[in-house]
Amino acid sequence: MNINRNIAWTYFVASKKMTIVAILGVVIGISIFMFMNSMAAGFDRTSGESFFKTTPHIRVYKDDKISQPLKEESLSKTLIVNPKVVPSINTIDNPMDWVKLIRKQKEVVVVFPQVSCPVFYNNGKSQITGTTIGFDPVEADKMFRISTFTVQGSIADLSTHQDGIIIGSGIAEKMNLLTGDKINMTSSKGINLTLTVVGIFKTNNSKEDKTKSYVNLATGQQFLKENNAYVTDINVNIDNPDRAPEIAKELTNLTGYKAEDWIAANETYMAASRIRKIVIMFISFTLLIVSSFGIYNILNMTVSQKINDIAILKAMGFNGGDVIRIFVYQALTIGAIGVMLGVLLALILVQALQHVYIGGDIGYFPIRFEPWVFLRGIFIGLLITFLAGFVPAKKAAKVDPVSIFRK
Amino acid sequence: MILRVENIEKKFFDPIEFKVLNGISFDVQQGEFVTLVGKSGCGKSTLLYILSTMDTEYSGRLTIDGEDVTGYDQNRLAAIRNEKIGFVFQFHYLLTDFTCLKNIMIPALRLGKLTEEEIEYRAMEKLRMLGMEDQALKPASKLSGGQQQRVAIARALINDPLIIMGDEPTGNLDSKNTQVVFDILQELAHEKKQTIIAVTHDNDFAKASDRTIEMVDGRIL
Repeated sequence: MNINRNIAWTYFVASKKMTIVAILGVVIGISIFMFMNSMAAGFDRTSGESFFKTTPHIRVYKDDKISQPLKEESLSKTLIVNPKVVPSINTIDNPMDWVKLIRKQKEVVVVFPQVSCPVFYNNGKSQITGTTIGFDPVEADKMFRISTFTVQGSIADLSTHQDGIIIGSGIAEKMNLLTGDKINMTSSKGINLTLTVVGIFKTNNSKEDKTKSYVNLATGQQFLKENNAYVTDINVNIDNPDRAPEIAKELTNLTGYKAEDWIAANETYMAASRIRKIVIMFISFTLLIVSSFGIYNILNMTVSQKINDIAILKAMGFNGGDVIRIFVYQALTIGAIGVMLGVLLALILVQALQHVYIGGDIGYFPIRFEPWVFLRGIFIGLLITFLAGFVPAKKAAKVDPVSIFRK
Repeated sequence: MILRVENIEKKFFDPIEFKVLNGISFDVQQGEFVTLVGKSGCGKSTLLYILSTMDTEYSGRLTIDGEDVTGYDQNRLAAIRNEKIGFVFQFHYLLTDFTCLKNIMIPALRLGKLTEEEIEYRAMEKLRMLGMEDQALKPASKLSGGQQQRVAIARALINDPLIIMGDEPTGNLDSKNTQVVFDILQELAHEKKQTIIAVTHDNDFAKASDRTIEMVDGRIL
């Protein structure tokens, strides 16, 4: 063993009680840091997953236009205008061409057109208001993974039944429906159809479950009293959902239609999530810094206690760098042991919380082992212990042996 | 010639400006056993710290083993101390968290020229020479003053330094142990041709050395 490390180890062992306290500080700081950040990552993932059950990464649609005055206003002329939404149909022209073009773009994974239509589910005298979505079930399943949350029947049956419908579990419960039963619906355009229930889904988001249903694209167009080229949205999924804002911009430029990414579509939720992230970051970093004070403290104390030793070592030919290394090794030993135990404790905490049932649309606590969070924790932990050790070590390196021997 | 001092001067500024060394010049030959004597406050310890390269705030020139070390940076001086100079301090100054053997080995481990086994063997040899081999594995803090002093001498010798410097190397020893230490130092000087420079208050010790440099008020008499 290198002599500097050897001396560092001897000092490390010699002050057991202080060392253990410092290690405990690191263990708690690191484990809570990793735990809280894993939790934040878990929240993000589950909220993303529940978003993407019903929302595409990017939605391309025709935005409403406001009427513009025909003449410019000038100093001599004053115009009185009454801007209004220009009445136009919300269809995207030549949707299948656009779908083909978007499918050719880089990073794009799934593209399909859809129509959405407000409907009433007729249940005797009472009506349930809701929305039905018409799309190609095969493509839609690739995007929303509907098959993972269908509780009865299957999405594949929708492809084979032109008059099929998949309804939310809330509607099924209220109307007492099972697969194979008939359901009568009226659209906002006054079209009345009777469809066969081929599946029931349950997203655990009760609003979705109580209002939404999925039908074939043609059925959707029928509800809207439109031809088979009528499409209200083109849904796009990409490789990495975090890149949605950039790609949405590209698609807007490409098609001329409005392309809205899921982050912009859920502004309020994203703001809340950012605040949550900042709070978690702040608390976990505070804990790390507090635990680094423990290391700083013990190293400072060791330096004061060993000031004679430092003078002797310097007299025997150890230079400033050697002295710094001795105390930094000591700090890093505390840091390394603390980080190791901290990782263990964090794993235990994550494991324990995984088995806590929350309920609602979350189910079990959304936390799991996050390799990146742990790697970052290890790195930051070692960096902070290094810094906490370096400051007192620097002080030790400056000890003037003559002034010590003269006392 | 192993060590040359040319016109060395040093001032203290605290509490008031005071010239503690005033134009000191002398040469020391290899294998010489030199003692520095003088009343307390005459500057002999200050001079020794300058010779040891630990104190660099002086004017004049210091040459060790033909190398002008004046103005060298701290790292270079540390390397010279490690290889060429051995120290014995007044209050023995061992590292109390280590065993005697480890204390002796540390300067050699720092130098890193030999393997740990060779260093350990040499350290045991030095302990045997000083009659301390049965104390080798005791913690340094458990030894008596005289024993600690002998361990400190063994440590000063481990790298076979050209010069061994002592600040009152027999200051805390009884007459029997003083004689033992003196004999060891003399043997090193005369048989192994290692140079000894020691500050002492002990007149008998000084008289028995090869040369005595007497200092009064920062000058050599």
